[in-house]
Amino acid sequence: MIDLILNQTLNGLASASSLFLVASGLSIIFGVTRIVNFAHGSLYMLGAYLAWTLVGRFGPTDALGFWGGVLLAAVLTGLIGVVIEVLILRRIYQAPELFQLLATFGVVLMLQDVALGLWGAEDKIGPRAPGFKSFVILFGNRFPTYELFLIAVGPLVLLILWLLFQKTRWGTLVRAATQDREMVGALGVNQRLLFTSVFAFGSMLAGLGGALQLPREAVTLHMDLSMISEAFVVVVVGGLGSVTGAYLAAVLIGILHAFGILIFPKITLVLVFLVMAVVLVVKPYGLMGKAPVGHQRAHGPAEPLLLPADGLTKLAGLIGLIILALAPLVAPDHILLTLTELVIFALFAASLHFMMGPGGMASFGHAAYFGLGAYGAALAVKWLGAPMEPALLLAPFLAGIAGVVFGWFCVRLSGVYLAMLTLAFAQIAWATAFQSVDLTGGDNGILGVWPSAWAVSKPAYYYLTLAVCAASIVALRLTIFSPFGYGLRAARDNPLRAEAIGLDVVRIQWVAFAVAAFCAGIAGGLFAFFKGSVFPTYMAIPRSVDALLMVLLGGVQTVSGPIIGAFAYAGLSEQLMKLTMYWRFVLGLSIVLLVVLFPRGLVGAGLALRERWRKEPEPAATLVEARP
Amino acid sequence: MTIDRRSFLAGASAGATIIAAPSLVRAQGAGPIKVGEINSYTAQPAFLKPYRQGWELALEQINAGGGVLGRKIETIFRDDAGKPEDAVRHAGDLINAEKVDLLSGGFLSNVGLAIADFALQNRKLYVASEPLSDAVVWAKGNRYTFRLRPSTYMQAAMLVEEAAKLPAKKWAIVAPNYEYGQSAVKWFKDLLKKAKPDVEFVAEQFPALGRIDAGATVQALEASKPDAIFNVTFGGDLTNFVRQGNTRGLFEGRTVVSMLTGEPEYLDPLGAEAPVGWIVTGYPHADLKTPEHTKFYEAYKAKFGDYPRLGSIVGYDTMNSIAAALAKAGSTDTEKLVDALKGLKFSSAFGTAEYRAIDHQSTLGAFVGKTALKDGKGVMVDWSYRDGAKYLPSDAEVKLLRPAG
Repeated sequence: MIDLILNQTLNGLASASSLFLVASGLSIIFGVTRIVNFAHGSLYMLGAYLAWTLVGRFGPTDALGFWGGVLLAAVLTGLIGVVIEVLILRRIYQAPELFQLLATFGVVLMLQDVALGLWGAEDKIGPRAPGFKSFVILFGNRFPTYELFLIAVGPLVLLILWLLFQKTRWGTLVRAATQDREMVGALGVNQRLLFTSVFAFGSMLAGLGGALQLPREAVTLHMDLSMISEAFVVVVVGGLGSVTGAYLAAVLIGILHAFGILIFPKITLVLVFLVMAVVLVVKPYGLMGKAPVGHQRAHGPAEPLLLPADGLTKLAGLIGLIILALAPLVAPDHILLTLTELVIFALFAASLHFMMGPGGMASFGHAAYFGLGAYGAALAVKWLGAPMEPALLLAPFLAGIAGVVFGWFCVRLSGVYLAMLTLAFAQIAWATAFQSVDLTGGDNGILGVWPSAWAVSKPAYYYLTLAVCAASIVALRLTIFSPFGYGLRAARDNPLRAEAIGLDVVRIQWVAFAVAAFCAGIAGGLFAFFKGSVFPTYMAIPRSVDALLMVLLGGVQTVSGPIIGAFAYAGLSEQLMKLTMYWRFVLGLSIVLLVVLFPRGLVGAGLALRERWRKEPEPAATLVEARP
Repeated sequence: MTIDRRSFLAGASAGATIIAAPSLVRAQGAGPIKVGEINSYTAQPAFLKPYRQGWELALEQINAGGGVLGRKIETIFRDDAGKPEDAVRHAGDLINAEKVDLLSGGFLSNVGLAIADFALQNRKLYVASEPLSDAVVWAKGNRYTFRLRPSTYMQAAMLVEEAAKLPAKKWAIVAPNYEYGQSAVKWFKDLLKKAKPDVEFVAEQFPALGRIDAGATVQALEASKPDAIFNVTFGGDLTNFVRQGNTRGLFEGRTVVSMLTGEPEYLDPLGAEAPVGWIVTGYPHADLKTPEHTKFYEAYKAKFGDYPRLGSIVGYDTMNSIAAALAKAGSTDTEKLVDALKGLKFSSAFGTAEYRAIDHQSTLGAFVGKTALKDGKGVMVDWSYRDGAKYLPSDAEVKLLRPAG
């Protein structure tokens, strides 16, 4: 037994190494640029693919060819990092955190298709490493020497990083920037160069992590997302910006995996995110992380004031609703199906907007509540034999309860930490649905969630959806302009002053969180009966990103934005998917362009234009008056 | 001018006729017959690229011969990316927007089950080519779903026949944690226990599909000191598992019985590391010299310049069996097609097979043999064809397993 424990510990340490390389790069980049780089997993994947190509070309059996190929792949990945930084990230350092996160997610999509185009969809199997093809006997078992080598790489890289940061000028600057980058800039350090070099260095570490996996694992197109979610966990658990923390966390996660397989083989996925949630709740800034120095600096200009709709806007909304209501008279079935989906997504986006816009809480895991609503409906059908109507009523409550529980923890954090904790909870919900096969059917999903007889026809279900969603959206809107909504916005804009006038900020945000979750649950329940089936993918990361994109496309600080955003985004992605095999690339590119060009979203941009048009004469007048 | 009720009705029905006219024309057979084919083309390319080529070969041959019912067949391919959610969305779009006459495809078992449920709800024919789960035709079987490939039950039964001959008593199992893996493990255990009551199962590992942590998994299996191992993983998971298992000596002195590993799409990527002596189901493409197969093999090689994989056979046979069903039904009407498929005999690259009327499962078989190394590549040796019809439970048992009848 003791042999097995020791062996599994070594296995855990071996898989921790690559995880550490990727996570440390991610952590360093975040420390300096404050960008949570979603594309870091993609760089890891590119490193592996590049190594596969280079090693194949240089001769895999030759030691120089192999190790040269691995190192060159890491360097090339660093160069790709430079290209990404210069072309995209440099333009959005001032944008809100969430926009940056989204831009890097756009890069993820683009790189996925780049890899698909360059290397094809087949898995690539690398050669074994020269000099490390065999095994040694350890604790009565054969243990691959390459794994031993990997175990050594982790601390070695940690040591190199430590020396680099303590003994070189560059390292000192990086540490200084991690603490206070404005101050570093004020002291005359070339920030551009520093940011680019840090991003390149972090990318190189990711590339090295990927290249070193070559003798160990097949190179696939799915490496990126599976790595990035683990790397996030490691970085957040270790503390954003802390390299030592990243190493500790990587070892913790690696060992947890190895023993999870022995003890709880069926809940390995949940375990990891559970650990992350616990750490974030107990130590919000991670094991080794520090709270950011001073006030969190507000990015960009102040949020524009939300105003209740004027007569014209109300009329436009009413006309829109009437058009939607009349659609079944003329539209053929398949258009009606698309419309049903769009209406559901509009509610989903509106619910996220409620907590994100007026609430100021960016959730990176809103799909959890959508999915829980869907599962609530499906489980009611499967286990209680409920017909559609009670199942639909029940659905939002599962999501709402989860919102109450998760929200209690989340509202105690803010900014990127809050987003990460929502992500952790969403991944817990996803992993639970995925791995508790007996309850949820796991990856098979729950089938046969069809509507009652009266709602089977497409127009009938469309009307049901439209009625429920329109009512919910109007209710959300009314809430925004109710005293509660004003309190929520006060809490977002200045928590201290809000507290001072007697508002319970945490409770207000908690309620808003739960309301948003409940509404997402309504959308999820409708979606379940619309599709007839429910799968864990309903609460996977891409669905959360979908919701964010809809909100951001429309504009966070507008009330009608999410609805327009939902129609624009869902319509666009569906058309793209049919048009081209490389739809991910086009979608990713659109996201990046959107973030760079329209940081206020479509509706936001429209409003700003109207605003400027209205105010145009005034500044000129004041200018004249101001002259002596 | 006054409009009375009668003239209004006449006008309305004339209008209705004009509106309905295009679909009437289509039903009479002016345009091509449309097949909506949904598969995990980007998620499982090793199998599905050859599958699509096999499909296109059959389609080309059929259309060159004038098509079926005097109409050409047209395929609309959709990629579900390995996600049942996407498959269901495509199915809806294919039926409602593209107006396809029938659905086909599905690689992963959970995807297949999702499309089957959709087909039942929408009363559209679904010819499941590859999803192996028994639930597709048994527990969740329905009137509108037929399946071509030998199921997990059939392949497990073929392997158990060999496994029961082994002296091994203690078995360890590794399988992907979704419908296919669960179903294969269930049948293997059931059937092996029946054939050899003294076997015991000492370890089970269910890694998530595509996410195996191979080193730790191998170690966990090793720790249970089994006499033999039953493997259900395939693709990337299999590659990682074999590599770690080879280095760590998991397979030494143990027999491994393995689903699908003899299929070139999974054996070839292993190269010189391909395991030796595993008892597998698969497809010995280079050595199979029956007339049907040689004809197919030559045509495939001439068209694509590559040897066929098992996926090619499945794609080729699916298309051919659909064409045979259309010809027999004499119509694209779903109900007539379903009736035609029941008991339909069709010619496959492996010989003649039949969609059984009792449970909609085809009797296409599989090859069982051992893996070996030849010129630095994995191959199957000592193989023989196992006719699917012989590896299915009795009719009485099938009736119990299939509530839909």
